[in-house]
Amino acid sequence: MYKLEEIEDGGKVLLNIGPIHPSTHGVLRILVEIEGERVIKAIPIIGQLHRGFEKLCENRTYIQVTPLTDRLDYIASMGNNMAYVRAVEELLGVEIPERAEYIRVIMLELQRIASHLCSIGFYSNDVGMAFTLFMYTMRDREKILNLFEMVAGSRLTHNYIRIGGVREDLPKGFVKRAKEVMEYLKPKVEDYRAMCDESEVFRMRTEDVGVLKPEDAINLGATGPVLRGSGLKIDTRAQDPYTIYDQFDWKIVTGKNGDCYSRYSVWVGEIEQSIGIIEQALDNLPEGEVMAKVPKVIKPPEGEAYARIENPRGELAFHVISDGSPNPYRVKVRSPAFCNLSILPHLCRDVLVADVIAICGSLDPVFGEVDR
Amino acid sequence: MIDIKNIIINNYWVRGLIGAIFWVVFLGASLIILPWLERKVVARVQHRYGPNRVGPFGILQLVVDSIKLLTKEDIVPKYADKFVFNLAPIIAFMLALVVFVNIPLSPTLVVSNLNVGILYILAVSSLSAVIYLLTGWAPNNKFNLLGGMRAAAMMVAYEIPMALAVIGVIMMAGSVNLVDIVEAQSRIWFIIPQILGFLIFMVAAFAECGRLPFDLAEAESELVQGWTTEYSAMKFAMLLFAEYGHTILAAFLVTLLYLGGWHGPLLPGPIWVLLKTFLIIIFFMYMRGVLPRVRIDQFLNIGWKVLIPLALLNIFLTGIGVISI
Amino acid sequence: MSEIEEIVKELESKFGAEVKKQRDKRHWVKINRENLIDVCTWLKEKGFDHLSSVVGVDYPENFEVVYHLWSYSLKELISLKVPVPKDDPKIQSVTSIWGGANWHERETAEMFGITFEGHPDPRKLLLPDDFEGYPLRKDFKLKPTHWLGKEEEEEKDVQA
Repeated sequence: MYKLEEIEDGGKVLLNIGPIHPSTHGVLRILVEIEGERVIKAIPIIGQLHRGFEKLCENRTYIQVTPLTDRLDYIASMGNNMAYVRAVEELLGVEIPERAEYIRVIMLELQRIASHLCSIGFYSNDVGMAFTLFMYTMRDREKILNLFEMVAGSRLTHNYIRIGGVREDLPKGFVKRAKEVMEYLKPKVEDYRAMCDESEVFRMRTEDVGVLKPEDAINLGATGPVLRGSGLKIDTRAQDPYTIYDQFDWKIVTGKNGDCYSRYSVWVGEIEQSIGIIEQALDNLPEGEVMAKVPKVIKPPEGEAYARIENPRGELAFHVISDGSPNPYRVKVRSPAFCNLSILPHLCRDVLVADVIAICGSLDPVFGEVDR
Repeated sequence: MIDIKNIIINNYWVRGLIGAIFWVVFLGASLIILPWLERKVVARVQHRYGPNRVGPFGILQLVVDSIKLLTKEDIVPKYADKFVFNLAPIIAFMLALVVFVNIPLSPTLVVSNLNVGILYILAVSSLSAVIYLLTGWAPNNKFNLLGGMRAAAMMVAYEIPMALAVIGVIMMAGSVNLVDIVEAQSRIWFIIPQILGFLIFMVAAFAECGRLPFDLAEAESELVQGWTTEYSAMKFAMLLFAEYGHTILAAFLVTLLYLGGWHGPLLPGPIWVLLKTFLIIIFFMYMRGVLPRVRIDQFLNIGWKVLIPLALLNIFLTGIGVISI
Repeated sequence: MSEIEEIVKELESKFGAEVKKQRDKRHWVKINRENLIDVCTWLKEKGFDHLSSVVGVDYPENFEVVYHLWSYSLKELISLKVPVPKDDPKIQSVTSIWGGANWHERETAEMFGITFEGHPDPRKLLLPDDFEGYPLRKDFKLKPTHWLGKEEEEEKDVQA
């Protein structure tokens, strides 16, 4: 247990940046040991949103688990569906039709743009820009959420990617609308980049804050923009290709120093790359079916599978073990936000209190995923 | 026949009473209008509307908010220092009001034309650093303490560049009396020869008012509400009043010291003063929507290492200018 | 012979592991728990620098801890399955080899009751500190066992 008492030597104080706070991205409690304004140790305490996802999966059938996975990382929920479904498809050994693969890629990249817009907005809030950039990014994210509503019926937790393909085909007019949204977003990305590059105060707050060296990043298990912000060109879409990413032309975006500013610039760069992928996919969409032939009651043969995808936050992986019955035997989620958040004590040595919030924001945790 | 005009001008009791009533009414009215205006301006920067439900254009929003603040429960924490806790908002309120005694709206419309005009104003603003210490210490809360300490460091660090920038103006006007300073701007507004001093004064004014980008004392995303955390209901309203009072005071000072006060074509003097003050206040509000917050160590670096040398340079250049002309 | 096949051959010969290749880039390797630290150190030298996750499984006859190791240079996944007997649920911690194993092992320890020897910080991570039982074991039934509101909470003088 943590006792909130004064630590006797030299005026050190234990400050509780508590679970309910105007700035943390959810229910996170950070115990900060400070001396004046200097932080000596920062300890994150998680678990307030723990819902027992992994135990719940063992009492449900394979199809009933898919809507549960939506609620893990609720800001980028197509990705969670995708990782789970890929693990089960590997166990079953089904072949996905090509049109379904293209639709999956379009949905995943749209989700990546929406999630990064969210991260940019929340991060600028943390740094002190009183809701201005947040309002602009939310306005742009609304357009993408409207697209999702057209396709899947809901804005946040979609349950659209199913075992064997996607739930139903794209509605009429989707391709045209999606192209309009992409045209709308292209100048906005330049705006976001300019708003932060040219803002002297923003750069002062984020440059050289929370520097993560590449070897530490690999050793401590960071993935995603945190890893790429330190200069490493590592992306699960390139390393462990899944669906048809090798047919598109895109680049891996890296940052320069490993500080908060580099991680931020990786987000903005990835939005641009995703716009490119979506346009290529929309142009080359083939005709065909959207769902493979899977049995009504899914009973995969005994075995285990480990499927990894690139979530907007990093590497999301599902380990699914089946024992031949209609319920999965064990489902384990490797969530990127969990592993990225464990770096926080390492990054928060000898910084100021204001920096703890900025660093936590740049690691981009979503607590549905951290606590499961 | 009692000569009313003579009594008003010469009898300081009557003059003081009328002046006090005028300024209290003026500040009360601006406290109804300014927060509404701020919310509207910031909302327009953020591509949204702002309050627009309560009354036409949301004007009655502040009336509703005041009723809410008046009827809230006044909570005093169990281990707080009760005397200081209750005293701090009163002192804040008082210090915000007392300084308007010396602000002139025209060469004769001033409650008390002190000969130490601008010095008096700077001295009372320096006292307002005490408010932050009191509200930081009294509620026995770590967030209050952090906010209060930051704010005290902030105030102390930015009083000096402010005073040094004002010295340039005093040198050019030849007097510390506010009416004389504005009269000295009849040919040219001081903003043009004193452009460096103007910029320093504006930055220091942002810091003195606790406005973004320098609102470290009330950093909402780090310390829950900063130096006003444990205060509720009317005490919180009084602390807010003190903040707005400082903003209005800073705007008045910029108008009188740099922007020529009541000099201008066509309209009568007091209207010009109020118009210019209004424009400066809108500028302050606009900045709130645009800039992020500066960290405490960077902020103190700017104050001590950048602004003070620049202010000294300003004095040096002004001295050369005054001697040679 | 490609590099990964060489590594797999050496694993079989040197450490007596059973290797199963599921598909391209997925190898499942079963080893004994005594060899764990040696295998991990050897694999890290060979380029397996990313510990993806540490999974605990509750089989009827024993527990099993699975370590998923990915190599950024070779682009291959090796999953080490280590059986742990139920009456002696102890295993060595690999935090000295990969720092990222810290939180994964804490979570597996609190969910299954497996003790990781040598772990620098063995506290509960996701569950509250006074939670009793090990949730992810198969004999833990999901039903309400403990209402928090029922007992009286004593007055604590806490300064915020």
